[in-house]
Amino acid sequence: METPNLETKEVINSNIQMEPTVMNDTTRRNADNLEVKGESGLETRGVHAWFDKHHALADVSLHFPENTVTGLIGPSGCGKSTFLRLLNRMHEFIPKAAMAGQVLFEGNDIYADDVNAIDMRRRIGMVFQKPNPFPAMNIGENVVAGLKLSKIKSANKDEVIEDCLTRAGLWNEVKDRLKSPGGSLSGGQQQRLCIARSLALKPDVLLLDEPCSALDPGSTLRVEETIVQLSESMTIVIVTHNMQQAARVSDYCAFFLSDGGPGHLVEADLTTNIFSNPKDTRTADYVQGRFG
Amino acid sequence: MFGAVIIPWISIVATVYQKGSKAFYWGYLTTDMRVTASGDALEFGGVLHAIVGTLILVLIASIISVPLGISAAIYVVEIKGRFASTVRFFTQAMSGVPSIVAGLFIYSTICVFFGGFSAWAGALAYTILMLPTVARTSEEVLKLVPDELRAASYALGASQARTVFQVVLPTIATGLVTSAILGIARVAGETAPLLLTASYFVATSRNVNEPIASLPIYIFSSLGLGDANATTRAWGGSLVLLIVVFVLFSIARGLSARLSRK
Repeated sequence: METPNLETKEVINSNIQMEPTVMNDTTRRNADNLEVKGESGLETRGVHAWFDKHHALADVSLHFPENTVTGLIGPSGCGKSTFLRLLNRMHEFIPKAAMAGQVLFEGNDIYADDVNAIDMRRRIGMVFQKPNPFPAMNIGENVVAGLKLSKIKSANKDEVIEDCLTRAGLWNEVKDRLKSPGGSLSGGQQQRLCIARSLALKPDVLLLDEPCSALDPGSTLRVEETIVQLSESMTIVIVTHNMQQAARVSDYCAFFLSDGGPGHLVEADLTTNIFSNPKDTRTADYVQGRFG
Repeated sequence: MFGAVIIPWISIVATVYQKGSKAFYWGYLTTDMRVTASGDALEFGGVLHAIVGTLILVLIASIISVPLGISAAIYVVEIKGRFASTVRFFTQAMSGVPSIVAGLFIYSTICVFFGGFSAWAGALAYTILMLPTVARTSEEVLKLVPDELRAASYALGASQARTVFQVVLPTIATGLVTSAILGIARVAGETAPLLLTASYFVATSRNVNEPIASLPIYIFSSLGLGDANATTRAWGGSLVLLIVVFVLFSIARGLSARLSRK
């Protein structure tokens, strides 16, 4: 709807940018950068989000190619977490929240009437900012909680527990105390337990909402290693405030910004381009730490 | 301030202990009043029938009001249904119902039409008083569950029912037990609702279709007899009731302390 008028800024940009000729239409260029390849992966087309009357996010079109990591970056309040929650319909749990546009998963709109949001969420997993293991369950039970909650019968739960904890990089640390409560682990271990819990459902996409913001540097590094390993077999979208983290783990980066109005996508590109050669000065300012 | 709280409390406990302990002898808790007259010496008779009766009344009332109360709380906090505010309003209004009115209501609806006084009727009168307490405390406990846990469950593809029964309720299990105990403690000492419903019976009985004894009515009827020994027995019954309620509150406090540590 309200596409921000970038023209005055573009003029300034063109003096700095290396490719001034293609700076006319930021939105279209973004879509071109992350070109849609058939019906694979996850894609949004012109999504908007509202909280009651507050227009939080405007007209975001992005494609997340299969088996890649995309970092969503931008200052606080730019709508990137809102955008992430639109990708598996967690947005609709917020009272008075509304959305418009399409989110295509393997070519089908997940907001279509015939889509069962519950089934869809099993394929598009999510890990939250604050580690949230279930307090009434022990470590092992936490890992297979998703199977229990979605009534999936699993013949060999022990195998699932070991496999998921191994992939989340936690197995060696907890294999001797699977019966202890999830809350007895450190923050970083809890977060990897939450990742393992998501993996048990064998999702195709994993959404991570600032997964390391509550963790110490060592734990952060362990989670990042886990993310990179997982991206070999699944599509990952990660919201982060940490530029180094975005540079370390992501293949693509999307920069969001709110200049008073609703948050919108400024540009999306290969992570190397975003950091070394951004097309928009605001992106350059942000990734170099000049604001936000 | 501290004195204003502690002095009345100590004087009540001290009086009840001083007068009530005289009624205690080795058989006080294990015999009933079926062969004991009001003037008989204090070595005879006891409160067994009243303890058993109170336990039966409270048990039936709990079986009805705990599931109903927790369901009402789930409706208000989790489902947030269309009538959530109405349910909450009536729960609050119900907690203000005078206990004699609860008894009168059951008398006029159940006792009049279904053969007079019975343990059933007494338990139903208790239920009217217990339900709002259980519903309101369960509501408060449910609100303690962080939304992050619900979000985590939904993100794993759980339905709302599964989220409530496998994530939310197990997390606050001790809190729900606490709410049940607070409900029991609320009614265990109530006399008025039983006067017109369960009435009184001097022998130990487990028949729910007949009138049944209870600690409050034991105290009340013993006092009414006017005899000195009967009055002492009433004090003895008060001491037992005080201990029962004190133990229930202690368990509730202990459990809620455990819950808040988590």
